[in-house]
Amino acid sequence: MAGGQERVLRRRIKSVQSTKKITRAMELIAATRVVKAQERANAARPYSQQITNVILDLVGLGAQSDHPLLREASEARRSAFVVVTSDRGLCGAYNSAVIRAAERELVARRAQGQDYALILIGKKANSYFKFRNYDIAASFYDLTDRPDYEDARAVSEVVRTMFEAGEVDTVDLVYQRFLSAGAQEVVVRRFLPLETEEGDGGGGGTEPHASIEFDPSPNVILDELLPRYVEARLFAALLDASASEHAARQRAMKAATDNAEELIISLSRIMNRARQDAITGEIMEIVGGAEALHQGQGGDHLDLPPALLEPESLSHRSA
Amino acid sequence: MALQVELVSPERVLFEGEADRIIARALGSGDFAVLPGHAPYLAAIATHPVRVMMTDGTEDTIAVHGGFISVANDRVTILSDVAELASQIDEERARRAKERAEQALQNGEDMAAEAALRRAHVRLAVAGGLSTVG
Repeated sequence: MAGGQERVLRRRIKSVQSTKKITRAMELIAATRVVKAQERANAARPYSQQITNVILDLVGLGAQSDHPLLREASEARRSAFVVVTSDRGLCGAYNSAVIRAAERELVARRAQGQDYALILIGKKANSYFKFRNYDIAASFYDLTDRPDYEDARAVSEVVRTMFEAGEVDTVDLVYQRFLSAGAQEVVVRRFLPLETEEGDGGGGGTEPHASIEFDPSPNVILDELLPRYVEARLFAALLDASASEHAARQRAMKAATDNAEELIISLSRIMNRARQDAITGEIMEIVGGAEALHQGQGGDHLDLPPALLEPESLSHRSA
Repeated sequence: MALQVELVSPERVLFEGEADRIIARALGSGDFAVLPGHAPYLAAIATHPVRVMMTDGTEDTIAVHGGFISVANDRVTILSDVAELASQIDEERARRAKERAEQALQNGEDMAAEAALRRAHVRLAVAGGLSTVG
């Protein structure tokens, strides 16, 4: 009877406790990884900043380039999406948010009569789109945990080749931008063709150089720089996504740990009540039994030996 | 006035310091030196050691495997996908890579092998403290 229920509850509490240990460990690991990923993103910033400055200098000086990466198609017929997700789950809504944004954009483009190409990073995006029978142009695994530059180069190589060959007219990046440890947002950002106009200005702070010497010519340097620039931008996005992934995982695991704690408390409460009920039940049985005995002997007073009411002897009996 | 030198790779800033003079090799042409007060300059540089004469009189050699150098207002920025300081180079590994590349070249010349050989040469030159590359 009640003893059985108590045993079942005790087992459940134990299992919740060990789950809590695991989620707590994952939370701590994710927390250190967020910091590391942020450090890497910061360390990578000077390069992309410098390369942007140099390109802006070149363009500002009138360097002309008909590099295919700058070519704007008169009419977009096929758009490519680079979707950055994680390989592993247990990170809350991180993947589903990215995938949903990508699919929405894709459907919208299709409604405009465009074809699509999917370049998927991370197993989660791959299994989602594969299951729904989308065409997958390329997929990459095992790089979102700790992306390095080689990974970015491999992905941008694929994207660039498709774009330069004219297979796709635009490329958009879909990933989670890292704002802070508590806030990330999904962004769909134009990746190719490159936009060379000086964005919102202000940045850089370098006054225009009236005369720069070049070796070789500005146009050749620009052509050499553009592919690097593409790689650097993709690398920055990967690092950002990786920091977001770890932050999302940390949050999800913190919620799971908190839930486990709550569950343990409420389960313990139920278990204690069950145990108390069992004890009460036993007392009632003993009292009832004693009274029945007493009445059988002809007495009309309930006269219980005090030792029987001592809790030690009760627990001793029920054990 | 000294030159502010910065060597930046995509992953991090590899080297920062003050120098009196920098010697590098431009892609497709010859060596050039940068002294304080140099006019704004932008060049693509070859896979070749870059020599940095520091203000304290020491000289650092960096294996730069292609990249760009930009000079403006006594700030020198070297952007490179792959660059190694002398202290980071594993000489033994570079030597093995050189032998591998030479073998590959003999078996049928190949652009990749030639580039690998060139990189190995540069690495060895930097690690050995040389400044000339064959």
